[in-house]
Amino acid sequence: MKRLSEERTKILFEKLTKYIGPNVKLLIERPDGLYCFREQKDRVYYVSEKIANLANTIPPDLLISVGTCFGKFTKTNKFRLHVTALSYLAPYAHAKIWLKHAAEQQFLYGNHVSKSGLGRISENTEKYQGVIVFNMSDVPLGFGVAAKSTVECKNADPLSSVCFHQADIGEYIRSEEDLL
Amino acid sequence: MVLLSEILEKTEREGSKLKSITVNKHLEVDLDLGTLLAVDPNVLDKKSLDENANDYLLNLTRDNVQILFNQVWELPTERVEEAIVAKLPPSKYVLPRSKPVPKPKPLTKWQQFAKEKGIEKKKKAKLTWDEQLKKWVPRYGFKKARAEMDKNWVLEVPANADPMEDQFEKRAVAKGERIAKNELQRLRNIAKAKNVKVPRFGIVNTDKSSSKDLQTAITVAKSSTASVGKFQEKLPHEKEARGIAKITPGASSRKRKLPPVSAEHEKSFNLAIVESVLSKRPKLDIDKVVSRQIHKAQPPSEEESSGRKSKKVAGRKGQRKGGVTKNDSSGRKSKKGASRKNQKKGGGGGRKRR
Repeated sequence: MKRLSEERTKILFEKLTKYIGPNVKLLIERPDGLYCFREQKDRVYYVSEKIANLANTIPPDLLISVGTCFGKFTKTNKFRLHVTALSYLAPYAHAKIWLKHAAEQQFLYGNHVSKSGLGRISENTEKYQGVIVFNMSDVPLGFGVAAKSTVECKNADPLSSVCFHQADIGEYIRSEEDLL
Repeated sequence: MVLLSEILEKTEREGSKLKSITVNKHLEVDLDLGTLLAVDPNVLDKKSLDENANDYLLNLTRDNVQILFNQVWELPTERVEEAIVAKLPPSKYVLPRSKPVPKPKPLTKWQQFAKEKGIEKKKKAKLTWDEQLKKWVPRYGFKKARAEMDKNWVLEVPANADPMEDQFEKRAVAKGERIAKNELQRLRNIAKAKNVKVPRFGIVNTDKSSSKDLQTAITVAKSSTASVGKFQEKLPHEKEARGIAKITPGASSRKRKLPPVSAEHEKSFNLAIVESVLSKRPKLDIDKVVSRQIHKAQPPSEEESSGRKSKKVAGRKGQRKGGVTKNDSSGRKSKKGASRKNQKKGGGGGRKRR
């Protein structure tokens, strides 16, 4: 387990700001103790400082996971969020999309969200902004990228995609083995 | 009489001493007459071996030799100068080699590549017909240089070349380079075959460097300080060249662990990074600006007169109710109406609709 390099921290935060904007600060400045980001085999984990210190006693080869996995760095040094980060992204989300009940399953099977499945969308969502997807009863289902801005959404044709799928909680079942 | 009886006695005694030429064995003894080899597969008698090993082994050997020679006597024999000689058949037994089997020669880099790609060596004729000289010229070696000289006694100066440049010298230099490169490759192959580590040195300058070469050169140059580049500053957007760990031993910072810092320090450090990320000036988003401009340009009268029909089109069930939820306080209330306006305009101003 190692600290993220400056370069990588920047890449990580840039990605997180796409979803939760300035709320990234809240992830670092928490009233309930110190939390930090740690890197292990290119995966980034969000851990409390105490647990990170405890985990330091475990040899890195044997350590499978610590804290919450936020995502991973690709070989080209880009950051990819995993669905495991959802529980931290959802409460701070900047742009949100609510799905109609009928479209929920489609999304959970890994499909994009089409206009017809869109229940609500938060105002001022920009095009290609990171959005968190909820169902109508406000349960976070996953996240993606807005394919259209709020204004465009209204005029869009019902079959066109509104949000590109990135991760959804269905992955916990679908791709259980490569979640971490 | 006495003499005769003595002789009889003697022969009888000697006869009893001599053993029979027929030997019974439980398993048959393997014989190879070519090498006069007998291999006895029978089990040794443990008891008699323990009691008197010497006698037992001597007897056993005698028996086996007897069997061997019984067979030898059955071979065709001939008499050579008072001695009877048997003609031995060719041997069947394969002697194991004393030295290990030689290892195959390690392939050179080219041979390895050719093998992977399935490139086979073609036999080429030693001589080739030269149209210009009208004679047979060897591909290489004796008389090749002479033929080359005859052929290229004059050289054209390329249109874009420096006229004062000696084209012959240029050729000679190019050939020298090729020879040197080949020699380097040959030595490298030898080093590889003998598993010798050859120290590498920096980057070889070429006429035209690719961006990758330049990046490698930068990374190598940066790591060429006393502290192997630890304190070298990075330029914005600078990338580190990959796969150069061999040339820059000890400098691959990617593997290096960051020094430990206190949690508080790390937090402030992270916050500073967040600040810098957030304070970045956003790029000019043309789409956003255009949509905002359209939004502003809408005459307010039309907004008010948006009829029921248009509401049906844009404001679907869900949208009408909770429609748009606001999450920032920009206070643009007319947003909802604005989009509907577009819809309503129909043929008139609905440029965006298409």
